[in-house]
Amino acid sequence: MYGEQPLFGLLNRIGGAPVADHGPWPRYRMTRDGWLQLIAELEGSAWSLLGLWGEPKEVYAALREDMSGDIAVVSLDCPQGRYPSLSPVRPSANRLERAAHDLYGLTAERTTDPRPWLDHDAWGVRRPLSDRPGAPSPNPGPYTFLSVEGEGLHQIPVGPVHAGIIEPGHFRFTANGETVVRLEERLGYVHRGVEGLMRGKPIAEAARLAARISGDSTVAHSLAFARAVEAALDVRVPPRAVWLRALMAELERVANHLGDIGAICNDAAFAFMLAEMSQLREAVLRAADLCFGHRLMMDRVVPGGVAADLPERGPALLLDLCAELRRRFPPLVTIYDGKASLQDRTVGTGVVATGLVSRFGAGGPVGRASGRGLDARRNPGYAPYDDLEFEVPVLTEGDVNARVWIRIREVEQSIALIEQIAKRMPGLPRGLDGTTPLPLVPLAAGQGAREGMSLVESFRGEILTWVRIEADGTVGRCHPRDPSWFQWPLLEAAIEGNIVADFPLCNKSFNCSYAGHDL
Amino acid sequence: MFKHILKSLTGGPVTEAGPAPADPALAELAGKLEKAAKARLGRSLSIREVDAGSCNGCELEIHALNNPIYDLERFGIRFVASPRHADVLLVTGPVTRNMREALVRSWDATPDPKWVVACGDCAVDGGLFRGGYACIGPVNEVLPVDLHIPGCPPRPAELLAGLLALLETSDTR
Repeated sequence: MYGEQPLFGLLNRIGGAPVADHGPWPRYRMTRDGWLQLIAELEGSAWSLLGLWGEPKEVYAALREDMSGDIAVVSLDCPQGRYPSLSPVRPSANRLERAAHDLYGLTAERTTDPRPWLDHDAWGVRRPLSDRPGAPSPNPGPYTFLSVEGEGLHQIPVGPVHAGIIEPGHFRFTANGETVVRLEERLGYVHRGVEGLMRGKPIAEAARLAARISGDSTVAHSLAFARAVEAALDVRVPPRAVWLRALMAELERVANHLGDIGAICNDAAFAFMLAEMSQLREAVLRAADLCFGHRLMMDRVVPGGVAADLPERGPALLLDLCAELRRRFPPLVTIYDGKASLQDRTVGTGVVATGLVSRFGAGGPVGRASGRGLDARRNPGYAPYDDLEFEVPVLTEGDVNARVWIRIREVEQSIALIEQIAKRMPGLPRGLDGTTPLPLVPLAAGQGAREGMSLVESFRGEILTWVRIEADGTVGRCHPRDPSWFQWPLLEAAIEGNIVADFPLCNKSFNCSYAGHDL
Repeated sequence: MFKHILKSLTGGPVTEAGPAPADPALAELAGKLEKAAKARLGRSLSIREVDAGSCNGCELEIHALNNPIYDLERFGIRFVASPRHADVLLVTGPVTRNMREALVRSWDATPDPKWVVACGDCAVDGGLFRGGYACIGPVNEVLPVDLHIPGCPPRPAELLAGLLALLETSDTR
């Protein structure tokens, strides 16, 4: 039965009722029996869980049949605030279910782990986004970490404030001598309540919040939000805006990968590479600043189009940047490949098995270094990438070295993409006198609420954003699911059996987002 | 690689001249630093960065200060791994309620004399995250702030100008 049954066929058979005004993929409203049958089918299928999110009286999940690329959203009304958990058949659902519990008070029945996740008993309120928020618990106890038993084990608590200039999170290591027996993550420290703040906001304001979900993926998150809104309202974006968005996304990908390659080598005590790579990163950020007026290109991708166009000398400037990168990057790659002391640290360290990556539906360099070659730019694919030539690198070793090589290959591919875009950009550039209007179309709210979803490839992997736009043009609900949700759990697996001193190296090679995950 | 290093050695530094200390920052700091503190610090500052709910944008730009182009350490300013080694807490983010305790503990662990710099719009006034259940808001609601560096995120040159103002004001002149 493996993969025999098409996703849509199943959903129709088990009584899913398609919902109107949901795009571009269908949403099926399930009965409780249908939801249970779906769980049974998930056990024997390879469909990926793309996301799971709650509302006060409803739970949603997004699924994809990886082979055919069919995508569907399923939802279940839960007037009692309870639904059968997906975590026994999709372990990646667990933390999402715990988050839905903490925010909306939805209880996942028969879940594999019912502990709180984002709620650290510090908000002064329980279930803040549910219809009836509750009073805080009077005597909050300490968080219960999973128990580890055995002789000679000791624990090392790390964080939430780390030694480097990085985001906060807590890591609880249990080690036997130098060897890590178990790592358990505790996240949620940077929970800012993004989903709650977006509720009821006009689209433009919510877009500014989306741009600040994770500062390093600001273009990708803005793009995911914009595409979801445009899918809901059935808006056609001008071609020039589509290309400018891709240009910004690729600049962001190159800048982040360059930074990551340098930082990974630095964590293996090879500071030379960080010094060199950070110069290249700076060159990319300065080009972005000159072209779009912001080093990280924050708030430049907006629903309806873009908020900044390339200046007249933009394409030439970008081609110069690409030429400089093509000149300076390859010799550094040669050095990385030829340094035995560096290879000694990265090869064979922090291995993630292909099976695990598929089970968790992890994407980005983490997934592609372990043989899962999905890339949202190709599958499901979106414009203008169908019109551009690029390859999606895939390796199978799954170690730190493979994750470095995926980034190296992606830098090369993205440089080529930037060149193609700079040369072939359609439409008229915005003149110095501003006579050519920006490639931006106005958004008109529909009759009644409309829902949309998007999948966008950030430098970390696939972002899913789901929105409901109300009839008055405000955001009723927005759920941005960062790729980190499905990568953080794998870091716990990657470090097992490695030494404590290799954790920074493994962690950096994953480079999961804390802010994007905690929201 | 040796060829590469040789080229770096003979090619001259890539480091750019530092900016002048920011005027608004100098004005904000005037009179804030006691003489005793100035005498003890000299021209050296150790900074502990604490992310109290930032989107990571500020961290990226703070990172850039360490690259060879901005090269923060030439001014005697460096980032340290523990608040126990720090003179300055550089705080980013709209202070989430989940991070409040960790931030206060970092402050308690920092030896006197100490300063707090609020970095980025979220740390300065709460930014877009004011008013939610999850954020407290500006850093000065939790700790006494000596210097504000606005921006979303502040550019490395702006960060540098702000930190240089701190150094100038705490200089033994």
